[in-house]
Amino acid sequence: MDTPAVEVTDLVKRYGDVTAVAGLSFTAARGAVTALLGPNGAGKTSTIEICEGFRRADAGRVRVLGLDPVRDSRALKPRVGVMPQSGGVPTGVRAGEWLRLMAALHARPVPPEALLERLGLSAVERTPFRRLSGGQQQRLSLAAAVIGRPELVFLDEPTAGLDPQARMATWELIGDLRAAGVGVVLTTHYMEEAERLSDHVVIIDHGRVVADGPTSDLTRGGQELRFRTRTGLDVSALAAALPAGCAVAEHGAGHYTVTCADPAGPSPGLVATVTTWCAAHDVIPEDLRVHRRTLEDVFLELTGRDLRN
Amino acid sequence: MSTSTPPIDFTPSPGAAPPLRRVLAQTDLELRLLLRNGEQLLLTLVIPVILLVGFGTVPLLDLGSGSRVDFLAPGVLALATMSTAFTGQAIGTGFERSYGVLKRLGATPLSRPGLLAAKTLAVLAVQVLQAAVICAVALALGWSPEGGPGGALSAALLMVLATAAFSSLALLMAGTLRAEATLAAANLVYVVLLGLGGVVFPVDRFPAALLSLVEALPITALSTGLRTVLADGAALPLGPVLVLLAWAAVGTVLAGRFFRWE
Repeated sequence: MDTPAVEVTDLVKRYGDVTAVAGLSFTAARGAVTALLGPNGAGKTSTIEICEGFRRADAGRVRVLGLDPVRDSRALKPRVGVMPQSGGVPTGVRAGEWLRLMAALHARPVPPEALLERLGLSAVERTPFRRLSGGQQQRLSLAAAVIGRPELVFLDEPTAGLDPQARMATWELIGDLRAAGVGVVLTTHYMEEAERLSDHVVIIDHGRVVADGPTSDLTRGGQELRFRTRTGLDVSALAAALPAGCAVAEHGAGHYTVTCADPAGPSPGLVATVTTWCAAHDVIPEDLRVHRRTLEDVFLELTGRDLRN
Repeated sequence: MSTSTPPIDFTPSPGAAPPLRRVLAQTDLELRLLLRNGEQLLLTLVIPVILLVGFGTVPLLDLGSGSRVDFLAPGVLALATMSTAFTGQAIGTGFERSYGVLKRLGATPLSRPGLLAAKTLAVLAVQVLQAAVICAVALALGWSPEGGPGGALSAALLMVLATAAFSSLALLMAGTLRAEATLAAANLVYVVLLGLGGVVFPVDRFPAALLSLVEALPITALSTGLRTVLADGAALPLGPVLVLLAWAAVGTVLAGRFFRWE
């Protein structure tokens, strides 16, 4: 049981001339939530589908629970739950029928009725899949992924398009899985989701890992002081008043940031120095705050601000 | 949504159900979906019964000498076999493939052979139902099948062989074409084979050159084979058996080679 839940090394996947995954490596621990975070087209789904055994890698090594997802697929299938990004359910099947089938395929499943109730699907138990709302379809897919009491689940964009209540229910369920010792590997492009849910974040862009670490490590440091006032402040004069290693910049008209090299972030003394300087120059620093770096900042720093499609 | 519900034990305890339970659970679902689907029922039961009753009671066609229903019943049984094993299965499987259902089931302990076994069992169960309804209607119209129990056994054997041939061709089509193309092609094949295959029109009216071609079709092999056994009371005819075996072999090899699960 010492092997990680997922171990991906130098993974490459090409579709014709397009390289979707270009030498990607990461490790997901057992019993923890790992988020693969990245813009559309970053290679998240290709990676997860290779881990699920749906696609073959062009190069690299993938181990899931210590096994090869293609060669050992028979042994892995009962142990791994899968939630595809969409579909995967016959359009005419009723929600309850689908979940009861999934339960019947496993030896010691979670009772389907309990899971339907838990995910707010009891009322639509007899509704055909095609008549369920998008959010209900997503939750049914999630239920089908976890009903067999797996050791590990792969969730491909589990909350895409969900309303806030449904998203909260999904988050709570993922929290319960983690508490029960189930490993979760999910893809998302919601920063908030990755930050709230995951123990470990792997940021992917253009088929490569651009950052990888415990969620708290990725957002640590890099705090900055922000304020807003009239435009055209003499930023070099302000910087000269600050301790060494601090820089001041104006972003847009009248938005200022003070960043310091100190990994502990802005000190109380720094805040006092800035406000004193402002007072001496008859400047009122509006919306003054110490901004803690979010995963979104990390993400945008690493992947750039260009729009993706 | 979840605050009032009791906690669920998600502690990992993975394991596959026994193989038979998996296949039967999937068969149960396949049957529910087949019997609930209006278009499928139209294809598998309503059209064959309408043809049987329509052509059996109204002298629209010159069916040659002998009782009309004695000629029609074997043809309609052949049509029903094709509609379930080929047309219905091709369309259903084609859409399941395009909706990612085959892929999703491939990630469960069911296994691909298990899925194929379940589909086959569901098709056979529907065919038993079809045969019972068609035979009951035909008997009510005065059908007097020949051959006794041996004839019935030969007929069943022909239908099972035809099911193997039609199913493999259905999976070949569903596993290689887009779902919409499968829908169009499967319906086209159904109509063409309904016309050509000796279902309601006797094939011996075709010119000789066309006849040999028509006789190589699986539907013709089945309808003439059933007619030989049930209308003429003759022994199991070798020709149709060989034709059906050949189609089943070619279909299985090609489907095994070219079928794509997604």
